[in-house]
Amino acid sequence: MVLILAIVIGVLYAAGVYMLLRRSIVKLILGLIFFSHATNLLVFLSGGLSKVKPPFIAEGEKVAETGSADPMPQALLLTALVIGFGITAYTLVLIYQFYKTTGTDDLDELKEE
Amino acid sequence: MERLLILPLVLPILAMILSLISGRKLLFRQVSSFALAAAQLVVSIVILIIVYQDGILVMQAGSWPAPYGITLVIDMFSAIMLFFSGLIGFTATLYAIGFIDRIPQNRHFYLLFNTLLLGVNGAFITGDVFNLYVWFEIMIISSFVLITLGGERKQLEGAIKYVTINLVASMIFLAAAGLLYGKTGTLNMADLAYKLSVEPGAAIVNSSAMLFFIAFAIKAAIFPFFFWLPASYHTPPVAVTALFAGLLTKVGVYAMIRFFTLFFMNDGGQWKILFLTLGSLTMIIGVLTAASQYDLRKILSFHIISQIGYMLVGLGFFTPLGIAGSIYFMGHNIVAKTNAFFVAGIIWKLKGSYQLKEIGGLYKSHPFIALLFLIPAFSLAGVPPLSGFFGKLVLIKAGFDSGNFLVASIALLVGLLTMFSMIKIWNEAFWKDQPEIPRQVRPGEVKDTPLKPGIFLVLPAVILAGLSIAMGIAVGFFFKFAMIAAEQLLYPAEYIEAVLGKTF
Repeated sequence: MVLILAIVIGVLYAAGVYMLLRRSIVKLILGLIFFSHATNLLVFLSGGLSKVKPPFIAEGEKVAETGSADPMPQALLLTALVIGFGITAYTLVLIYQFYKTTGTDDLDELKEE
Repeated sequence: MERLLILPLVLPILAMILSLISGRKLLFRQVSSFALAAAQLVVSIVILIIVYQDGILVMQAGSWPAPYGITLVIDMFSAIMLFFSGLIGFTATLYAIGFIDRIPQNRHFYLLFNTLLLGVNGAFITGDVFNLYVWFEIMIISSFVLITLGGERKQLEGAIKYVTINLVASMIFLAAAGLLYGKTGTLNMADLAYKLSVEPGAAIVNSSAMLFFIAFAIKAAIFPFFFWLPASYHTPPVAVTALFAGLLTKVGVYAMIRFFTLFFMNDGGQWKILFLTLGSLTMIIGVLTAASQYDLRKILSFHIISQIGYMLVGLGFFTPLGIAGSIYFMGHNIVAKTNAFFVAGIIWKLKGSYQLKEIGGLYKSHPFIALLFLIPAFSLAGVPPLSGFFGKLVLIKAGFDSGNFLVASIALLVGLLTMFSMIKIWNEAFWKDQPEIPRQVRPGEVKDTPLKPGIFLVLPAVILAGLSIAMGIAVGFFFKFAMIAAEQLLYPAEYIEAVLGKTF
């Protein structure tokens, strides 16, 4: 499982970088989205995948049982996902406004003026 | 006393709420933002005094004990940076009153402005790596909107580059934080420093350290990661550019100094070589590209880059004097650079252009503005007795003391070239006669408005110029703080003890 996820992350990063380097601005945004998902998965994976109990604390106890999963990466991931969502929304508005103002989605055409 | 350190976060949030509910009442927005910015400046000075007297301030958010919860911590370095963010917040609010509100789309300026300050203050206060990421995001999202405020074609073009490269930097930062957590099992800065200093084999964190370095280098605009800055900084209204120039890149440098003194420097030399090499290249390339520009804001933007190099070099020397020099230089640069942009805005107000070819004769018509420009310009170039002279003097002395003669000589040379750029602006904008080009009418402006900059534009520049002079004349007083901060950074035992409550 770890290996599969690691390959997926690699592919996503490669696709993200490739898309970032394209001229079309829509593909640029796609590249950013790939890049951010690759990063999210990386954070998720770096906490370690393990088949153990969820980290719930039983009633009356103060700490979780030893050997339960580490909740930290998921918590980090959740925050990062929400931020990524907001940023994606912003970039979509930005490219829409960009297209409306300049009438092109090709970044290379801008240099002429 | 510990409760006090939440105030630099609460005050901007309060200002955000007030500007959200203010509706169309512009005056209310201006007054509330101004009052809260003033309160923030006062609070930051109080915090500086407390940290000076009683040492490091720590607060565990939600009373969760240190390595588990989010720690807020202010040491001397944070306190100094908070003071400057309070100062820039205060002066930029004043400046914006005279600059921004003429244009109707800019209704949300104060909201975004305070969000930006919130992010900057949070980044200075936090003691947790992931929390730092969140503050960075708050900061850059508000800066994204600020940079497109007004929605002109040029701004959108600049914004695309700015947004893309900054997002990539954020994701690299996040990946680095995730990997660091995977390797060490903690993201609390003090805990990280403790674990990495007691456990051998700290070299495995070097991959994370490199990712952090790249992320911060992009934010701080260090060679070869700086190309987004000159492509975007000259596009928004000058009040926004001044704020960005003063604070944003410095947050990147702050994070760099914090990380690489606290926990990544343990195994020595290769980082120093990296800092010194890239710092020198940043200085030279920034100043050389500035020399070829003729847009006032572009010249100043390229000089931001060149001066980031000085701060990086100071970190590369890795002696108390070098780091203190870095911190002092950072403070000087925040004041002088923001001030230079303020004056650039005044010039624009008077002449309707930033192109040096199109303006001139300002010395004859507005000698006081000329004096106002002269102070930050000479300060940036490093003319005694202004703040920039002592910043450079300390850094160059630290360079010679630590045996880095080449780097110190480059720093000297770059100072000379900075002088060249400033003299160019002086000659073109102030001394040469006004060229025979009709003054352009700006959008939303009645044709025959009187050409007066107004008190709100001049006063902030006067305040910052005064501080530039004070930091030069009373250099001993100001440098004392930088020296304490450098000692705390280089010997982090005190920091770790304050946060974790255990000695090592």
